[in-house]
Parts: sequence; structure tokens; C-alpha cells
Amino acid sequence: MIAEIGHFALIMALVTSILQASVPLIATYHASLNEYVRLAVPLQLLSATGITIAFACLLVTFITSDFSVALVAQHSHSLKPMLYKISGSWGNHEGSLLLWCVILALYGMVFACTSQALSRITHTRILAIHAMVSIAFLAFSLFTSNPFERLSPAPIEGQGLNPVLQDVGLALHPPTLYLGYVGLSLAFAFAVAGLLDGRIDKVWACALKPYITAAWCALTAGIALGSWWAYYELGWGGWWFWDPVENASLMPWLAATALLHSTNVVAAKEGFRSWTVLLAILGFSLSLIGTFIVRSGLLTSVHSFASDPARGVFILGILVLAIGLPLCLFVWRGPQLATKKTASFLVSRETGLLINNALLLVSTAIILLGTFYPLGLEVMTGARITVGPPYFAATFSPVMGIAVIFMGIGPLLAWHRGRISHASMIFIICGLATGGVVIICFSLGIEPAALAGISLAIWLLASIMSDIILRLKPWRSAGFGARMLSLPAPQWGMWCAHFGMVVFLAGALGEGIYQREAIQRVQPGSVISLGPYSVTFTQILGLTGPNYQTQTAELALYDDRGNFLSMMMPEKRFYPAEKQVTTEAAIRSSFLGDVYAVLGDGDDNKGYTIRLYHKPLVSWIWGGAAIMVLGGVIAACGRRRKTPLLVSEDTV
Amino acid sequence: MTAKTHRLFLTFGALMTLGLAVFLVLSALKENIVYFYSPSDIEETHLSAKRLRVGGLVKDGSADIDGLSATFILTDQNNNISVRYDGALPDLFREGQGIIAEGKFNGDIFIADIVLAKHDETYMPREVADSLKQKGLWQGGSPTDGASQ
Repeated sequence: MIAEIGHFALIMALVTSILQASVPLIATYHASLNEYVRLAVPLQLLSATGITIAFACLLVTFITSDFSVALVAQHSHSLKPMLYKISGSWGNHEGSLLLWCVILALYGMVFACTSQALSRITHTRILAIHAMVSIAFLAFSLFTSNPFERLSPAPIEGQGLNPVLQDVGLALHPPTLYLGYVGLSLAFAFAVAGLLDGRIDKVWACALKPYITAAWCALTAGIALGSWWAYYELGWGGWWFWDPVENASLMPWLAATALLHSTNVVAAKEGFRSWTVLLAILGFSLSLIGTFIVRSGLLTSVHSFASDPARGVFILGILVLAIGLPLCLFVWRGPQLATKKTASFLVSRETGLLINNALLLVSTAIILLGTFYPLGLEVMTGARITVGPPYFAATFSPVMGIAVIFMGIGPLLAWHRGRISHASMIFIICGLATGGVVIICFSLGIEPAALAGISLAIWLLASIMSDIILRLKPWRSAGFGARMLSLPAPQWGMWCAHFGMVVFLAGALGEGIYQREAIQRVQPGSVISLGPYSVTFTQILGLTGPNYQTQTAELALYDDRGNFLSMMMPEKRFYPAEKQVTTEAAIRSSFLGDVYAVLGDGDDNKGYTIRLYHKPLVSWIWGGAAIMVLGGVIAACGRRRKTPLLVSEDTV
Repeated sequence: MTAKTHRLFLTFGALMTLGLAVFLVLSALKENIVYFYSPSDIEETHLSAKRLRVGGLVKDGSADIDGLSATFILTDQNNNISVRYDGALPDLFREGQGIIAEGKFNGDIFIADIVLAKHDETYMPREVADSLKQKGLWQGGSPTDGASQ
């Protein structure tokens, strides 16, 4: 019964979305039909309610382990802990698609109830375009991957959830990531509605900014959570593998970052308008491509769910429409948006942001090429190749390095002005700081790549610190508090997010350059040394979990002076329901670095394979991402200047 | 500065960036592409010193694991390749399992430095499944039946 209610609610949501995408939109073009424009908001609320009911029904079927529903039977098990029963509802293709629709509807609802600064017409058109995206995904869900399909006869027990997915990471990672992917749909709707209006201005940009910031924060958090999950769950010891699915989430992030910056130019100076519209369309297309990669099974990946070509074709269709139609609209309406002649100077905030955008897009293109090149080559020549991490290290890293140099310069430049003098002192300070560090590092004999990375991080840090100090002028005590308060929240948000980048760089460098590893096959009682640590393998245990059995190694970790630090218990888990083995790493985290232990195959005769890693600063990678998100939150939630027209001189 | 020189500078900058990016991409692609072969492909073509991937089934009874060094035979049921790997094998390395090994040939022996077997019992790397299908030796369902992560 519950499943039928859910199915029905989903159909209702599709019908209301179709109404919402047509009636109010047509009404905005005919003065005589003006009354119908009012329908947009109630229809949005109605369809959001329908989708939410459908999702709630799916959750109920998972919680109650209703195995007459095919999806539950395939992905759940009555013995599974409750948290994983709930998160299991989106740990599969159909459920995750429904989650996508729910988030889409929630964004639509929030937008419908807010953003009053926009004109009625624009507001209605944005809702209508957003509803079109909803239609595509609801139809995809209903026609190719209905989560509510019944099984007859119902099996007595479910097949269980892939044990790798039975983790708190799965409860958090997909919803957060989707919150980011889907948030870009509003930017897309704003862009298309702006093209329909033929007008893009400060009001448009200021209304869009909170959504882009929210989507960017969620995307950053989602990617960081995914990386953290891969780090501790997969047991490979890495945090980024340049896997197609990871690339698929990084590309929209880069585009969203570019969009976040270019929207500020529209909000402040009404510059970059066509460019911002293109970026919004591109950003959403990239998140669709991301979905396409994961759902079609076209690219093999450690992440792939079971795949189905029909679904891939459907998403490809959505993709072609979502990219093609707006681009045609852009060709038709775009010339109206051409930037007014404001003749800004070469040395200005605008140029800084232009360079930022260009570099972010170049790096997006690099990843896109590396991800799809193997596919293209196989289609054309039949040769099967792999483009591995070395490609990305050789291309993406230098481009991002240049972007970091400009991250240290751009924020110091004023809008429009053509002088560099007031910032020159900061450049001298930064240059000296970076130079000093380079000399120290060079005399210590650090390899060039590390040297480049470290000096970039110092450069950025010095630029942020000196910018803050020069603006707050702490040496003039009078009015210090007032100066601090008078700086707008987005300014603090930017500093915070850029500082997050410094922390991230430090983490990535520490982990990348100074990692140590020890892999040995040993008997219980042996001692393994790992850099400044030594690890004693005391014994092997067999334990029983709620729905699995383990083989657990007991390792005692000591520092270089022989002080006991902690016990580490890496394990291999066997899940009888799914007949699968997973590896659970044991990680001892600290501020300055992690010790990471993995138990491999083995038996009492031949010994056990134990892999140990020491990863300095690795947690700074996710810490940096968290600081970036905090920066976004500060920028979005903090105090803003009263009217959009005044958001100008200092903020980014 | 006039708008014209301004534009000139920006265009120049954009071209430089693009040129740099294209250069990086081309040189990186040239060096970092790894081709995939089945044991029969290797029999047909000649062995080269290039880095490559081979994929197939681990032949029953061929795996000899001694401490952290393993030797085994990869087969597609027509041709075989001897592989040596120094390191910890992945959890799901089993005889009869489809795996991918990446490395270089040293004489007739393939020295692998990466061995990939996925987390799932029923999973087979797509390349391996495809090459088995081509040889008509495929048994079982779709290659990605079992969901991985």
C-alpha cells in the first residue's frame, strides 16, 4: 500500500510539474492571462509535497523491510542496522534518483517562497524552467527506474546492501553532493529565465548569489566527504584517485567556483553578463554529465552502480536538450546582454576574476578530456587505454598552481581602477615571505615540485594575512572594532575560503611528499617500524559484528621513544548475507598526521600482510575543505549591505 | 591604457594560457596513456618495453604467493602470460578471478606494480569481460552486475 501511495505521489508531482512549466510560463507572455502567473508558487509547493511524500514512502518501505518492493528486496536485509536501512534507500540507482528529485523540489520550494526582489515575471519564469528540469528527472525516475516496483511473490529475505556502502559515509556523502549538483539547477533556471527576459542585472545576480553559494558549499562538503569516505573505507590509503566519478564531481565544482566569482562581477559592475549565463548553463550541464557518467556505466569506475543502457540513453537525451536549447536561446538573445562599455582598466579586480575564470575553465577542460579521451579513442579506434593519475598531476596541478598565484593577487586589486600602487606593499611583503621560504626549503634540499607547492601556499597565506592587516590597520587602535565590523561579511567569507585553500594545499603537500609506508608479511609478535613510529603486531582475533564476522589484527603503536600511543585494530569483515569481504582500516588521527593500518590476506602459517602508512597533515585536506565551506556560509549568511545597488566597491 | 591595448593584452594572455594548457595536455597524454591488452593480443603483437595493462583470469593452480612476492599466470583460455608482482595483493585476488595487472615486460615475464581486482565477488573488470566475450569464452551475466561502491 505504502509503495502505491509513493508511486501515485510521484505521478502527481510529474503532472503538477508539467502544469507549472507550461501555464504560468505562457501567462507571462500574455497580459490577458496575467492571473495565471499566480499559479506558479502554489504549483511548486504542490509538486514539492508530492515528491516529498514519495520519498517518505520509499523510506518507510526500507525501514519496515517490505521485501515485496523489488528495490528493497535487492538492496536491504532485515538484519541490517537501522541507519543503513535508511541510508540504503539512496544507496542504489532508483533511490538516489528520487533523492535527486526531492532536493530539486526543495530548492524550488525555497526559491518560490523567497527571492521577492525579482520581478513577478522573472520569478515565475525561473520557477517554470526549474519545473522543466523536474519533469525530466521525474519522467526518468517513473519510466526507466521506478523505485516502487513490486515483486511477486515477495522474497522472505532481502539480498542485502553492498557492505562497502554500509557506512556512515553513505548516509552523508550522496545527499550533500546532490545538494550541490542540484543547486546548480537553480543557476541554470536563472540563466535561461534571464535569456528569456533579455535582461540580466544586479538584482538578478544578487538574487542568484545565495543559491550558488549554497550549492558551492554543499558541493565542496560533498566532495570532501566522499574523499574522506574513500580514505577510511576503501583501505587504499589514498584520498583522491582521479577516478571518472570523482572527476565528474570535481568538474561542476570548478565551474561552480568560476560562476560564484563571475556572479560577483555582475552584482557589482554588471560586467561578465553573457559569460555568467554561459557558465551557469555549463555548470549544470557538467552536473548532468556527472550523473550520466555514474548512471550509464559508460565509464568503468570503482563507483559504478549496476548499469543499464536505456537509462544512459535517457540521460543523454536530457543532456542534449539541457545544453542544446539554452545555447540556441543564447545565440538568439545573447547579443542583448553584451557588456556595456565600461572600459575597465587592465589592472583591476575584473581582470583578476577573468583570469580566475579562465584558469578554472581550462582545468575543467583538462579533466573533461582526461575522463572522456579513453571512451572516444575506444569508439574511434577500438584501442583500450587508461588515463591515470600521472596525466592529471602533469596537467591539472600546474594550471591550478597558476590559479593560486592569481588568488593571491586578484583580491588585492580594486574594482575598475588601473593603479597597482596601493597593493604594491602587500606584493613586496608576500614576495619576501615566499622568497625566504624558498631559500630555506632549497637549502634543505627539497625537491622542486614540493618547493613549488610550499611557496604557493606561503604566497597565498601572506597575501591573505597582509590584506587583512592593511585593511584593519591594527596599529591605529582608535576605531579598530568599528573597522572590523564595517567590513562586509562576504569579505570575511572570501578570506576564510581562500585560507581554507592554504590549509588544503598544506595537507595535500604533506600527504603527497612526506608519506611513508611499510608493507610486510609478519607473524603475530613481530615489530614493524614506520618512520618515527614502531608497531607491534600482538595477535589476531575473530570478532562478530551485527551482520558480519571479522578477522581483526591487534596492533600496538609506539612513538620513537617507546611510549605507547594507542591500539589499532584493522579488520577484514565477512558479510554472510552478501557473501563479501571488506577491509576496514584502522586510523589514528592527530593534528599533525595519521597512522593508517590495513590488514591484508594471511594465515597462521605464512603470516599476515600488514600495510602501514604514516600520512603527515592528511586531515588538513578535509579541514581545508571545511574552512572553505565555512567561508561560503559566512559570505551567504552574514550581514549584507541593505540594497543590492550598494554591493559594490570592496566585496567579492 | 586604451580599451584596444587592454583587449590585446587579454587576448594575448588567453592565448598563452590556452597554449600552455594544450602543451601540457598533449605531452601528458603522450607519456601517461596505458594501453590494455589481453594475453592473446600480446601473443599476436610483439612485446614492447612500454608500460601496459594486461587483463585476464588468474589460472587455477598457478598462483604462488611467498611473503610479499607473488607469481601467477594470467589467461584468456587461449594464451597465457606469467606475471610477477611484489607487494600486497588485493583482497579479492583469487584463482579463477578476473584481474588487471599494470606494469612492464621483462623478457617473457610481466613485472606488475599494480594489480587490480575489485571489491565484489561477482565483478569482473570490463576490459577482461569484453576480451573474454570476443574469444567466446564468456560465461555469466553482465560484466558489472555486482555493484561496486
